[in-house]
Amino acid sequence: MGEVYKVGMADMAVCSGDDAVTTLGLGSCIGIAIRDPGTGIGGLVHIMLPDSKEIRNNANRPKFADTGIEDLVDAIVKKGGNRNRLVAKIAGGAQMFSFGGGNETMRVGDRNAAASRKKLGELKIPLLAEDTGENYGRTVIFYPKTGDYVIRAIGKPEKTI
Amino acid sequence: MKNLNMDELTNQYYDVLKELGNIGAGNATTALAQMIGCKVDMSVPKVQLLDFNKLGELVGGEDELMVGIYLQVEGDIEGSMMFIQKKVSAAHLVNKLMCGMLGVTEEEIASHEFGEMECSAIKEVGNIITGAYLNALSSLTGLKIYPSVPQLGIDMAGALLSVPAVEFGLYADKILLVQTQFSDAVELDGYFILIPDMESYEKILTALGVM
Repeated sequence: MGEVYKVGMADMAVCSGDDAVTTLGLGSCIGIAIRDPGTGIGGLVHIMLPDSKEIRNNANRPKFADTGIEDLVDAIVKKGGNRNRLVAKIAGGAQMFSFGGGNETMRVGDRNAAASRKKLGELKIPLLAEDTGENYGRTVIFYPKTGDYVIRAIGKPEKTI
Repeated sequence: MKNLNMDELTNQYYDVLKELGNIGAGNATTALAQMIGCKVDMSVPKVQLLDFNKLGELVGGEDELMVGIYLQVEGDIEGSMMFIQKKVSAAHLVNKLMCGMLGVTEEEIASHEFGEMECSAIKEVGNIITGAYLNALSSLTGLKIYPSVPQLGIDMAGALLSVPAVEFGLYADKILLVQTQFSDAVELDGYFILIPDMESYEKILTALGVM
């Protein structure tokens, strides 16, 4: 068994070999897992908001879907991954509390998921699987070697996408 | 006074916010004590400006099962507020409130699943203590503050806390957390998180004459 690296909110990590990356308690945030199946190098970024261009205070790049994905791709390539072989899986984007009326920040989970798909599309990185939406938190573990993305939620069976 | 920056909060502002947290939580504790009909002690609140990734650790791990009560605040200030506690604490509180109607022993209480009635009781507790908190804030600043109906969430700490963190994330990379520990016969750990938008921070500080 390799090491498991922990990724916090607005944070990212890259690993390879038998190592894995995990992030605990994803709510409306998204865990975007990207890997190069050839070398088994991959990583995870835990984004909180859809778009860095929407707000002024955007220096923290892993906080946003657009800049977070760019940085994760760069980090994987820097570690030796092949840019053209990259594939992705995403999880999270839940709506933890439901309020009446369509408050923008309340639907941030959906917007995060949409922004992540859009950015991956722009970068031509195939999205192989996703587990998004609903109303519960997720803990995820990503194994870049095999591409297994394990998702745990309270009161639900563990699943791998 | 424009463009208040969270990362450049001076000690003076910080102390004022701390005092607000103290008064709000004090009121909330009194309300709680009256409701459950016993003495409730409160620790001196800790007010911290935290990095997002430290948030989960503070409450005992991102995957710790917690009960969160979340509501939105409108009126002169806008934002949201969350009261979050460990599930075990919430179970103790409900048990006390419902005069032992959970019908479970001390050992079973940690794994007890809440029913509709119990969820409703937790919401009511949340309503009363967040109401008391906001009332204190309102009478101190003279600002009108209207809370929405509270929403209940039972899930991993990280997932619940991501909701206020995302809202705060629009302005800063840190979150302002007021942590208060309640205790009576058993430990009741609770944390308040008040998240006004930046404009509201300015209004609060101005109302108190510090800006």
